[in-house]
Amino acid sequence: MSEALIHHGPGSFSPALFRRSLGDALEMAHGVDAVAAEERAASLAKRSLKKESKVWGLKLAISMMDLTTLEGKDTPGKVHALCQKAMRPDPSDPTIPHVGAICVYPTMVPFVRQALKGSGVHVASVATGFPSGQTFTEIKVKETRDTVAAGADEIDMVIDRGAFLTGNYQKVFDEIAEIKEACGPAHLKVILETGELANYDQVRRASMIAMFAGADFIKTSTGKVAVNATLPVTLVMLEAIRDFHHATGKKIGMKPAGGIATAKLALSYLVVLYETLGGDWMNPDLFRFGASSLLNDVLMQLRKERTGAYQSGDYFTLD
Amino acid sequence: MTITTEIETRERLLPGPASSALVWEYSPSLESTDHVRIAPRYNLFIGGKFVEPHSKKWFASINPATEDQLSEIAEADAEDVDRAVREARRAYEKVWRKIAPSERAKYIFRIARLIQEKARALAVAETLDGGKPIKESRDIDIPLAAAHFFYYAGWADKLEYAFPNRHVAPLGVAGQVIPWNFPLLMAAWKLAPALAAGNTIVLKPAETTSVTAMMLAEIIQEADLPPGVVNIVTGAGATGAALVSHPDVDKIAFTGSTDVGKRIQRALAGTKKRLTLELGGKAPNIVFDDAPIDQAVEGIINGIYFNQGHVCCAGSRLFVQESIVEPVIRKLRERIQTLRVGNPLDKNTDVGAINSAAQLERIREMVESGVEEGAEIFQSSCSLPARGYWFAPTFFTGVSQSNRIAQEEIFGPVLSVLTFRTPEEAIEKANNTPYGLSAGIWTEKGSRILKMAQKLRAGVVWANTYNKFDPTSPFGGYKESGFGREGGQHGLAPYVVLS
Repeated sequence: MSEALIHHGPGSFSPALFRRSLGDALEMAHGVDAVAAEERAASLAKRSLKKESKVWGLKLAISMMDLTTLEGKDTPGKVHALCQKAMRPDPSDPTIPHVGAICVYPTMVPFVRQALKGSGVHVASVATGFPSGQTFTEIKVKETRDTVAAGADEIDMVIDRGAFLTGNYQKVFDEIAEIKEACGPAHLKVILETGELANYDQVRRASMIAMFAGADFIKTSTGKVAVNATLPVTLVMLEAIRDFHHATGKKIGMKPAGGIATAKLALSYLVVLYETLGGDWMNPDLFRFGASSLLNDVLMQLRKERTGAYQSGDYFTLD
Repeated sequence: MTITTEIETRERLLPGPASSALVWEYSPSLESTDHVRIAPRYNLFIGGKFVEPHSKKWFASINPATEDQLSEIAEADAEDVDRAVREARRAYEKVWRKIAPSERAKYIFRIARLIQEKARALAVAETLDGGKPIKESRDIDIPLAAAHFFYYAGWADKLEYAFPNRHVAPLGVAGQVIPWNFPLLMAAWKLAPALAAGNTIVLKPAETTSVTAMMLAEIIQEADLPPGVVNIVTGAGATGAALVSHPDVDKIAFTGSTDVGKRIQRALAGTKKRLTLELGGKAPNIVFDDAPIDQAVEGIINGIYFNQGHVCCAGSRLFVQESIVEPVIRKLRERIQTLRVGNPLDKNTDVGAINSAAQLERIREMVESGVEEGAEIFQSSCSLPARGYWFAPTFFTGVSQSNRIAQEEIFGPVLSVLTFRTPEEAIEKANNTPYGLSAGIWTEKGSRILKMAQKLRAGVVWANTYNKFDPTSPFGGYKESGFGREGGQHGLAPYVVLS
């Protein structure tokens, strides 16, 4: 491990100092055994959550949700409706918290900002040529700056998978560091697009590169490719976060995204989080779900716990 | 009879630092026991019938998680054993050796299917009687037991293909003595190949865990197996000794401690009886510096804390390459804290109850010796239930080859951590034991796996995994871990005469 890393203990972390620490990232990117990682994730998915622990987990899951719409057909009207849902997911139950953030394309940010004013719900936006990332770095940087200026608190960037898969890790690293700088006060979530990285070794390597380059969060997927978040990929990324925390003292957040549509699956993710990183990470500052259809299923389960019966889907708003 | 399922609640562990404000308490998620019928008293299963023991004595079977009595088990004496052997002999001569092998297969398939049908009840009974977590009895013990019967049913009419160009005949009457760590599974390992090869059997389960063996007797009755083909005599050491020394038994198969195994071998010396032994172990689990560390840590945990460490092939000696000792030990300390120790019926329990008071005493004594010999102890700070037999997951660092905890089998949730510098040193230390049942290797380098596997003197070598079992794979030991193989095609050999 390089001098730079050793001299910066907990509390003194600064991404700028880590600009040239790609070597540290690669040093911590040891192999991952796929069979064993999948086995561990599957065994955690068998945890059986009942009663109070289930209700507690589901409410926490809502507060961790990045309620997302990322479509060409998004309009101010559509995102306005989503924002109302985000602030009060179930008006009949005051104990249900608001979601973590609304996640949209950059042009929708001003409308979201307006709609969410004073609610505590964050404004997240994708940037950097989402979802492919196949554009020029200057454009990515400008897009990031403009999006933050438009009112985004959180930027979800994609890594340059083309560069990553050709082994040009320095380019991936430098671009993340540059975007981090462009973010200013906004939090940076780095999307690895794990479905395009082929294996867990690569997932761990990309996680390390993103964290050493300055990511506040690492995120699995855009939701735009065939394979999105999975439990084992999330486990591998959480283990990378754990090792990074041990080495630097810095706590990085995690955001699985895409394909998490049921309350049961969301609870499994929380179990994997809890049993890998512990109670410290069990809050929206350090864990998010990127999801669109998950919220209604969670609300349905919560109402079932409250009333003892499943309600028809007609009782839950489609926004 | 009513079964206590609630175990007084206790504080759960928070894996994060003590300062954390959050604890996610998993509410108890208890497997229902309503559907399980455990008789208040079990008799012996001889000649296809349940019969009272000649001794007219029954002993209590205890639930080790609560110390409540679960049932009463018959104590078979020499006269009962003799009756069982005579029934087995009669069934062998009159029925089992004569029927078409494909007919034998049908009976074995039927037993396998009935085990699957009654899997939930068997899993709950196994957990109540032995203390193991329900997730293990549900996902491992019972499905594997059924799988063994299915697998060997397939061999019954294909024996000549298992031993090409040889004439294959059954042995006769097999006496089988099994341990308490995987009660039903060990019964399946023993019965299935013996039946497939055309032998009849007298089986003796361990005295602390006879309930599922007697439930299996009910299944065998329901499967309409000809009377006397399988007989089950319950009892302690004296019953086993009577079976081993019975003159009309052709073969003894024993799984258990090396001590008893040696006594059996002495007793059989000079007789014509055939013998297979599956005995103790002190398996090395070897982690190289290029290992996938997080998965290796899971493998170490699974290797030693699976079934409370009551596993003959448990990875009880961890060898870590010196360059990665720090992260491995740190991760082990963190991981051990997240193991959920408690009510075995709770679906979220990872580590259950120690099987018996005697075994708990043995574990305590060994752990004390480790402390006395100067090894550094680390124990999970989990709280343990007030009643029942419990031991917190434990490991020792700074252990030397000469320490008792590095030499003797503990058969509990206690790991000894040693270090090495080169592959040669790892092999030398790993083989430096009277045992040789199993070993584990953790490295990303394939060629190193092959080289190590060739040099490790162990019957089973796992690479980047641990404690994986399959009916198609032979299992058995080198040196004082025994001889003979169970499972796979090799598992048929001890039950046939080849000419």
